[in-house]
Amino acid sequence: MPPNFEDLRALSIRRWQGLSQGDKPWIRVGTALCGKAAGADRVIAALTSELEQRNVGATISEVGCLGPCYAEPLVDVVTPRGPRVVYGGVTPEQVPEIFDSHIVNGKPVAAYALGTLGDDRSDDIPRLADHPMMKAQHRIALRNAGHVDPCDIRQYIANDGYAALYRALTEMTPDQVREEVSKSGLRGRGGAAFPTGTKWNFLAGAKDPVKYILVNCEEGDPGAFNDKGILESDPHSLIEGVILAGYATGATMGYVFIRHGHDGPIDRTWCAIDQARELGILGQNILGSSFSFDIEVALTGDSYVAGEETALMESIEGKRAMPRYRPPFPAQVGLFGKPSNINNVKTLAYVPQIVLRGSDWFAGIGRERSTGTAILCLSGDLTYTGMAEVPMGMTLRQVVDDLAGGVPGGKKLKLLQTGGPLGGVLSSDDLDIPLDFDAMAQTGAIMGSGGIIAASEESCVVDLTRVLIAFCQYESCGKCFPCRTGMTHLLEVLERICRLEGRSGDLELMRTVGQNMQAGSLCGHGQLGFNPVSSALRYFREEFEQHLRDKTCAAGKCPSPWYSPDGARR
Amino acid sequence: MTSTAESLRQRVNRALNSQKPKTITVLSCLLAVEDELGYIPQEAAEEVARFTDSTINDVWGVASFYTNFQFQPPGRHRVEVCWGPTCHVLGAMDAIGEVLKSLDLSGEGTTDDGAISLRYNTCLGACANGPVMSVDHHLIGRITPERAAQIVGELKERQTVGGPGAP
Repeated sequence: MPPNFEDLRALSIRRWQGLSQGDKPWIRVGTALCGKAAGADRVIAALTSELEQRNVGATISEVGCLGPCYAEPLVDVVTPRGPRVVYGGVTPEQVPEIFDSHIVNGKPVAAYALGTLGDDRSDDIPRLADHPMMKAQHRIALRNAGHVDPCDIRQYIANDGYAALYRALTEMTPDQVREEVSKSGLRGRGGAAFPTGTKWNFLAGAKDPVKYILVNCEEGDPGAFNDKGILESDPHSLIEGVILAGYATGATMGYVFIRHGHDGPIDRTWCAIDQARELGILGQNILGSSFSFDIEVALTGDSYVAGEETALMESIEGKRAMPRYRPPFPAQVGLFGKPSNINNVKTLAYVPQIVLRGSDWFAGIGRERSTGTAILCLSGDLTYTGMAEVPMGMTLRQVVDDLAGGVPGGKKLKLLQTGGPLGGVLSSDDLDIPLDFDAMAQTGAIMGSGGIIAASEESCVVDLTRVLIAFCQYESCGKCFPCRTGMTHLLEVLERICRLEGRSGDLELMRTVGQNMQAGSLCGHGQLGFNPVSSALRYFREEFEQHLRDKTCAAGKCPSPWYSPDGARR
Repeated sequence: MTSTAESLRQRVNRALNSQKPKTITVLSCLLAVEDELGYIPQEAAEEVARFTDSTINDVWGVASFYTNFQFQPPGRHRVEVCWGPTCHVLGAMDAIGEVLKSLDLSGEGTTDDGAISLRYNTCLGACANGPVMSVDHHLIGRITPERAAQIVGELKERQTVGGPGAP
C-alpha cells in the first residue's frame, strides 16, 4: 500500500514542532567537514557527557553547515522558552557553562554567542540575520543547511521536502516539469553554465528504455566545498532534485558521483537514499505513481579530471577517468552506452524549490541571464570564511568587503582566485564585477563552481601561480600529450622563476606552451590549463618581470621551500 | 599458499562481497579493498580481477591511475597535510616543513619504524578552516607550523589510535 504523502507530511510537521518548539531543549551541532576540522566531535562528546551526568532531557542532533565555517564548531541551542542561540567557536571547556546556564536554567551565555536565530530576540545577543555574512544571503539550495538533521527524512519533509515531487507526480507531466525548469532560466552550477532545461530536453528526446541522471560531486577543486556542503547538510534536497530530473527526462536510474574518502558527504547521501526508499519515495512506483526510479552512490578514486563529464562516466564504469571524444554526446551515448545527463549537485538542489514555487519566482531572483543565486565558498585571507548563498548580481567587491569582512589584521587584499584551479586570478583593483556567468567570463575570470580564494598583499602571485600549475600538472590525466607534457613544462619554468633562476624569454615560452595545450587537448583541463598563468600575467606582469629581471620577490616569498606529491601521472 | 596470504585473500573477498552499491566495477572493488587493507597488494589485484572477470592488466591499469591507491602497507597512523591553493596561501608549506622535520622524512612516505605514513593531499575539503591536516582521517583545521609539529610529535609518542580531533 503506497504511503499517503499528506499524512506523512502532517506527521512530520508535528514531529518537527515537537522538536523545535517542544518541552525539551534541542541542541544542534554542525558536523560537516568544516565543523569536524574545528573539533566538533570533541564538543559533541562533552555535550553528551554533560547530558548523561546531569540526567537532563534534551536532544542532541548533528546537522550540516550553517555557513559561517570560520566560527565552527557551532552549537545551536533552543530551549522551551527564550531565543534560539547559536554559539560560535565552542570548546569542550565552555560546554559545562553553556549547559548550566542555558540548557538547564534557560539563560543564554552571551559571551560565547554568535547570534540568535528566529523571531525571539535577546537583549545582549545580536541577531544572526544581522551578521555581515548572513545579512545579504538568499538561501534556496542552502535553506535547510544547519537547521535540519540531514539523516532524518521527516525533518526534510516537515520543511517543504518532497512536496515538489508529490506535486509533479500528481499534477504535472514530465513536459511541464521541464518547461518550468527551462522558464526559470536555471543554468548549470558546475562551471559550464549550460541551461539546465535545454540539457534535460536533449535527454528527454533520446529514445531508450534505460537512461541515466548523473550527479557530479567529484568536487576536486581546492577551495570548493559547496557540493559536499549540500550533501552533508541537506542531502534530501539533492535526492528530490535527482528524482524530479529523472521524472522530467524519463530516466530510470541516478548515480551520485562522490570522491572516495569524504565520509561525511558519502554516508549522509547513502542515508538519505535508504530513508527515501523506505518511505516509497524512491524505487518502484514512487509515492504510488507509475514512475519508478532508483539512485546509487558511485565513488571515484582521487582524480580531478574525473569531474569532467565524459571522464566521470568512464570512472562510474570503473575505468581510468580519461575524457571521451564528443560526439557522440552523453545525451545520446553516455554511461554504459545509454543516454545520460550530468548535472552538478547545486543545480539539482534548486529544482525542488523551482517546481514548488514556480519558474517566475526563481527567474525574479538575480540577473536576467544569470537567474537565482550563487553559492560561494569563501576561503583564504578573509575574515568570515565559509559557505554563502547570495543573489546573482552582487559584485565581487561586495562579496569580499561586506559578506566576507575583508582581509583580517588590517592587511590589504591582493587578488582573488575564482572558478577553481583552471579559473583565473583577479586583481583587487578589478572587483566591480557582478556575480553573473557572462559578465565574469568577459573579464577572463570564471564563476566555476563558486570557489573564491582570497590572497593578501603578503602573498606572491608567481608562487601562487606555481601552486596552481603544480595542481594542474599533478592532476593531468595524461591522455592528451599537449596537456600532459605541457603542464610539466609550465611547472618547470614556474619553478625556476620561483627559485629566482628564470631566463629571459620564459614568459613567451610559457605562452607558446599554453597555446599548444589549448589547441591540442580534449577536455577543459588542457584547454583551460593555461588560465592561471595568463590571468596572472594580465594583472601582475610586472611581478613576474621582477622575478626574472631583478631576481627579487617583492613579497619576500621566493625562493622558499615547497613540497608537492611525487605521485603525479607523468 | 601461506596462512597470512590466505587471510589476506579472505579479507579481500569479504570486502568485495560486502559492497553497498549494486554497480560493481574494478574501481569500486579497488576502493573497497583500500578501505579494508589500506593498500592494494598483488593478491588483492588478483582477487579483483577474478571477481570482476577482468584481466590483471585492467586492474593495475585502474589502480595506477587514481592517486589515492598505495601499493605498500601503510604505517599504523596516516597523516595527511593539504597543499592546495587555499592552504598554501594560509601557510601550509611551513607546516609541511615542520611535519617532515618531526618525522625525519624528506617527502611523502612512511617512517622507518612503520609507525606513521605522511601524504600530501590536494584538498581535504575544509578550506574555510585552512590550513588543514588529518590524522587517521580526523580533520584538524587552522594549523600553524608549531601546532602541526606538536600534533605529529604527540602521535609519535603515543603510538595509539587517535580519537576525534586527536590528539
